Amino acid sequence: MPELISLSLSLSLSLSLSIHSMLVDGGTTSDWQGRWDHVKKFLERAGPFTHPDFEPNTESLQFLLDTCKILVVGAGGLGCELLKDLALSGFRHIHVVDMDTIDVSNLNRQFLFRPQDVGRPKAEVAADFINRRVPGCRTCSLFASGDRLIFFFSLNTEFHIIVCGLDSVIARRWINGMLLSLLVYEDGVLNTSSIIPLIDGGTEGFKGNARVILPGMTACIDCTLELYPPQINFPMCTIASMPRLPEHCIEYVRILQWPKDKPFGDGVGLDGDDPKHIQWVFQRSLERAAQFNITGVTYRLTQGVVKRIIPAVASTNAVIAVLYICADSAYGTLNNYLVFNDVDGLYTYTFEAEKKENCSACSQVPQDMHFSPSATLQEVLNYLTDSTSLQMKSPDITTTLDGRNKTLYLQTIASIEERTRPNLGRTLKELGLVDGQELAVADVTTPQTVLFKLSFTS
Amino acid sequence: IMADQKTNKEQRYDRQLRLWGDHGQEALENAHTCLLNATATGTEILKNLILPGIGAFTIVDGHRVTGEDVGNNFFLSSDSIGKNRAQAATEFLQELNSDVSGNFVEESPDKLLDNDPEFFHRFSLVIGVQLPESTCLRLGSVLWSAGVPFLVCRTYGLVGYMRLVVKEHTVVESHPDNALEDLRLDQPFTELKNHISTYDLDSMEKKDHSHTPWIVVVAKYLENWCNEHDLQVPKNYKEKEAFRQLIREGIRKNESGAPEEEENFDEAIKNVNTALNPTKISSAVDDIFNSEQCENITSQTAAFWLMARGVRDFVQNEGNGSLPVRGTIPDMIADSDKFISLQNVYREKALQDAAVVAKHIQSHLQAVGKVTYPFNAGGLPVSPLCKNAAFLRVVRCRSLAEEYSVDSFHKDTITSCMDSPDSEMVLYLMLRAVDRFYQQHSRYPGVYNYQVEEDISTLKLCVNSLLQEYSLNVNVKDDYVHEFCRYGAAEPHTVASFLGGAAAQEAIKLITHQFVPFNNTFIYNAMAQTSTTFQL
Repeated sequence: MPELISLSLSLSLSLSLSIHSMLVDGGTTSDWQGRWDHVKKFLERAGPFTHPDFEPNTESLQFLLDTCKILVVGAGGLGCELLKDLALSGFRHIHVVDMDTIDVSNLNRQFLFRPQDVGRPKAEVAADFINRRVPGCRTCSLFASGDRLIFFFSLNTEFHIIVCGLDSVIARRWINGMLLSLLVYEDGVLNTSSIIPLIDGGTEGFKGNARVILPGMTACIDCTLELYPPQINFPMCTIASMPRLPEHCIEYVRILQWPKDKPFGDGVGLDGDDPKHIQWVFQRSLERAAQFNITGVTYRLTQGVVKRIIPAVASTNAVIAVLYICADSAYGTLNNYLVFNDVDGLYTYTFEAEKKENCSACSQVPQDMHFSPSATLQEVLNYLTDSTSLQMKSPDITTTLDGRNKTLYLQTIASIEERTRPNLGRTLKELGLVDGQELAVADVTTPQTVLFKLSFTS
Repeated sequence: IMADQKTNKEQRYDRQLRLWGDHGQEALENAHTCLLNATATGTEILKNLILPGIGAFTIVDGHRVTGEDVGNNFFLSSDSIGKNRAQAATEFLQELNSDVSGNFVEESPDKLLDNDPEFFHRFSLVIGVQLPESTCLRLGSVLWSAGVPFLVCRTYGLVGYMRLVVKEHTVVESHPDNALEDLRLDQPFTELKNHISTYDLDSMEKKDHSHTPWIVVVAKYLENWCNEHDLQVPKNYKEKEAFRQLIREGIRKNESGAPEEEENFDEAIKNVNTALNPTKISSAVDDIFNSEQCENITSQTAAFWLMARGVRDFVQNEGNGSLPVRGTIPDMIADSDKFISLQNVYREKALQDAAVVAKHIQSHLQAVGKVTYPFNAGGLPVSPLCKNAAFLRVVRCRSLAEEYSVDSFHKDTITSCMDSPDSEMVLYLMLRAVDRFYQQHSRYPGVYNYQVEEDISTLKLCVNSLLQEYSLNVNVKDDYVHEFCRYGAAEPHTVASFLGGAAAQEAIKLITHQFVPFNNTFIYNAMAQTSTTFQL
């Protein structure tokens, strides 16, 4: 564990000296007298509470300024705060990644953006602003998702630390899986220098959390998937035939009426960011609500339901971002999950999330799966999506039969989906699966295939 | 253009309007806050008020910007060096949001207190950052007399500190996290009883039976139970379990005698525990009713107390000891008609009760010679008042004078916290000690490297004299004295930013009168990532 601390903000003399010889030039020309005085008191002075491996020295600042590489994933509410905090704490080599463009509703808290930036990529605008405001800071941006992002990761693995300010559980799980795939095991023992610490968290209104993940060593995202409860989806029968709340009416229009009426043309999907679309949904929702004497449908509610909007303010993001930065410092590492709530006064609480022995992402052991031989493949599929510890989205299931790779069901390619769909109705026995069969499952929630071991129940 | 501006603001502020509503936003846009000292902590606090659209801010600061200032402050640049700090920071902060009006005064707070203390009376809230103790106490006294809320904030090394000073802060919309529903099943009002009696569970068709709201199911079974148990609702675990079993047996069975799938009955069973909670008034609300302001209504009485008195009158008369009905019910498995008609029973009763409360308020107004209904203190009409009647809150913070006086300081709080010598309380005592150091030496300990070692013993003397003056028999470990010398009164951006978020949120609570502010001292320990609130 001590060696890991030295990888991040807490610095050992030997490491910083060896780095010193690889100084990138231009490190100090933008500095002025006293610029780093506040920071230096912590890097250059000994104190009674710092970690035993921390040795104050004048090289530490140089390391921060010239060598430490940080990746910030997400340039939204948390991302903006993180960039500011990192830059003013001495970090210069920052990469920021975000696949979104700026929206008006971002401006109440994402302070690196202005009204004239609406429509531009977040990562680029954020990096520009920080580099201009904090001289010497060299933040590079990447406006990307999907394959470009995977490519970026394959080229850039020498980050000292990764911080995530994401707004989706899927994206978190993906980064989590990516870091796990970088781990090197020698004879079954984890090589700790292959670990890149991940600091993650999120905010919602006046609540937030921050956590430290040391992939392979501490609880990962998937170990604690129950901490991210699945989204509220109302039952179809409620939406279709017995609505009671204004939300039910809105969901009816979104899910059932829009595909039927195709109000803006064939194949035109509902775009939550298009006011005309929202207006249409709003009007239809009012009509639906009137049929059932339901009150309370408003434009704001309609937009909130369609876009699954989460309320957000600058203040909570400011607090949580700092907890990220302090999560791994000269004073030790946050162990390992902190929650914050300032609805009534202010409240913080830290607990240690436990690594799950059979975690589908980080445990390296095949996951157990118990089904009767007469269970259908559909039941297996339902288990993969409905289980709170797996929460897969559209799993592809393959296995090895008679020495050959066989696709049992694949959703992500239309032609194969059609071909393998009949398998869903077949029993596991009919499909030729045996007790102890290994199934390989791929899903958008993980960059690596998850292995399952099928055990037949009687 | 006005309409465009309005929609643009609604879009921009959408994510926060969902938290405090349009009326909360209006209160924010009518507020004018004063910041003393545009250090990193100060500008971070303002940033988090400017972004959501506070009406106006005024920075008071007599200092000139130094290189050190620019290093930790996002709202200064190297071009600002030598300029007045209030002016330089205002320019950068103003740029965040053109809806906000920014002002600055190039003056030290002490000078203003000398020459024009009434300058501070115009503000909705004064935020004092990195203030020396003497200035803080002087300002505290002026603002206390003027009734202006005062938020003291401080970043000292890896310690964050906030102190709220407000005589009385009232909250109607406290937005409690886990509020219990107000269903009145233990004492159903007439209209509810009548509605329940329109149901005959046994004779219903299966479809209706399975789509009857659980509230009705519980109410029906409760009627039977009470008839057989001396009109007493199930009280202990045994009785509740027996009651649940009764409901379980009510689930329809199919031809083979197996229970059908009736989700509404499952809901009823699950909710028995909370549904049978006795309807009663919390002690917080009781305290409000028993307050002097609630009792003695005059023409000066603030809106909150008039409203509280109206509710109290209702409780003591038409409510028969209970608050006005809240009027909301949770969603539950039911067909639309049954749910809506049940919901309307609660809603209509709530409206009725609210009208009675309004009458009581009106009669008090007339009695003190006021004609119109007052709409300050959050500008709420009666309906939100009644919806929130169970969650009314009042926060009263002690003055700084009371905290600092040897006669009235909270000795017990300090001593018992210090039973754990690493409690955040030791950080509070250290802050008091460095203030003492500053008083005696006109500087903070350990600012320059060469001072760190020698200041340790001097600071320790300050700690001891502090403890002696207050007769505090507690142990302040040497490690903390050492650590506070190490800090050298540094203001790391990270801790400043944390306080920026925390303090801004408390400011928003004070301005909007929504959510509940802390009372009254908050300490953030950035070494251990812990925090605590004390009442001092």
